[in-house]
Amino acid sequence: MVLELYLDLLSQPCRAIYIFAKKNGIPFQMHTVELRKGEHLSDAFAQVNPMKKVPAMKDNDFTLSESVAILLYLTHKYKVPDHWYPQELQARARVDEYLAWQHTALRRSCLRALWHKVMFPVFLGEQVPSETLAATLAELDVNLQVLEDKFLQDKAFLIGSHISLADLVAITELMHPVGGGCPVFEGRPKLAAWYHRVEAAVGKDLFREAHEVILKAKDSPPANLIMKQKLMPRVLAMIQ
Amino acid sequence: MVLELYLDLLSQPCRAIYIFAKKNGIPFQMHTVEIIKGQHLSKQFSEMNCLRTVPVLKDGNFVLTESSAILIYLSSKYQVADHWYPADLQARARVHEYLGWHADRIRGTFGVLLWAKVLGPLIGTQIPEEKVDRNRRSMDNSLCRLEEKFLGDRAFLAGQQVTLADLMCLEELIQPVAIGYNLFEGRPQLTAWRERVEAFLGTDLCEQAHGAIMSILEQAAKKTIPEPPPEAHHIMLLRIARIP
Repeated sequence: MVLELYLDLLSQPCRAIYIFAKKNGIPFQMHTVELRKGEHLSDAFAQVNPMKKVPAMKDNDFTLSESVAILLYLTHKYKVPDHWYPQELQARARVDEYLAWQHTALRRSCLRALWHKVMFPVFLGEQVPSETLAATLAELDVNLQVLEDKFLQDKAFLIGSHISLADLVAITELMHPVGGGCPVFEGRPKLAAWYHRVEAAVGKDLFREAHEVILKAKDSPPANLIMKQKLMPRVLAMIQ
Repeated sequence: MVLELYLDLLSQPCRAIYIFAKKNGIPFQMHTVEIIKGQHLSKQFSEMNCLRTVPVLKDGNFVLTESSAILIYLSSKYQVADHWYPADLQARARVHEYLGWHADRIRGTFGVLLWAKVLGPLIGTQIPEEKVDRNRRSMDNSLCRLEEKFLGDRAFLAGQQVTLADLMCLEELIQPVAIGYNLFEGRPQLTAWRERVEAFLGTDLCEQAHGAIMSILEQAAKKTIPEPPPEAHHIMLLRIARIP
């Protein structure tokens, strides 16, 4: 049976997996789980992932959650080109280092930037105090600086001269605040140049396809009261 | 040149690395970086690690941060027993699945009590009781999921043998225990897991690694904890501000 991926391209980690699978010609059946419609909370989806989160993967009887786990599983199973996750010990460690750092740092800032700037007001009808938004954007700024100064430096890609999982995860994260209208690349020519290189390495068409949903995030139809009540606790826990 | 590890055993991820290296007989030179004394803010340390965090691994000129990256690096380089980070595709995936969830639900959450009861007061900052209560509920929530999803009726978190997952988790869970919140009480399944992990690691090694954190409350009571230098206050306040 073909690999099954349960994704909503609204979500950053889902985009990384989508792009990775498509780029590497990994055959899969796509199941769209619409977060804004609460589809991740259904009993049917709980059978796939009891944590009720996307992304999730089902490879026959083997179900897996957590994006890094899924990306590494696909990397090993489908024997993708080495540059994605190099065999060489230190190069690989650099990818692991980035994937670990981003989870509690850049990922969190990007998520909060989108929700505080766009999703709370537009989708959930909740005003966000300007100090909260300002603090979130300031934190994003700090993390963008770390991305440039510690991880990118003067290299073409985060790990070296080729695109890796680190770049894919990073770029899909950054498209979150971009979707929220934050000028992430403004005044950051180094990061902007890296963005263009990653986009080219992925392929412009695939990149655009993967980001259609997030780039329309500000046009999200407002959630009705029932949906809002259903989603709010988990949203609050997610952006903590 | 021998491997160097820059660690503060008050830090959960540092202990995981310390225990892992010792258990696997990996030779290393230990550099203690006392966070409370602000030693991570020194020019020398900042030049090695611009993020000014511990743990840090230095292997010749190769400097690596992030505990899971360090553990995986050590596993591979020193070719430790397979069970720690199994080569099998699905078994390894389970380790990463745990580590991903751990980053969201364990890391950050289980460190709060130390900040609330010891580190905050050290710099004259009180964390509101409401936040401490919220943190308690968060911990309880995470522990339920830990038991249901990761432990289930398995011996360990990612399978039937000890993996990196168990080490990372154990060290986080004992942090609030050291501050007086015995989260193992009333959780026989989790208690049995802890006993299995500690039995595997060995009592001596556990005592060695846990000594500092387990005595922190006593030190706080006796007022023998060094006062953080002024330059550390700003960073400490930033961390405290992030407590939900």
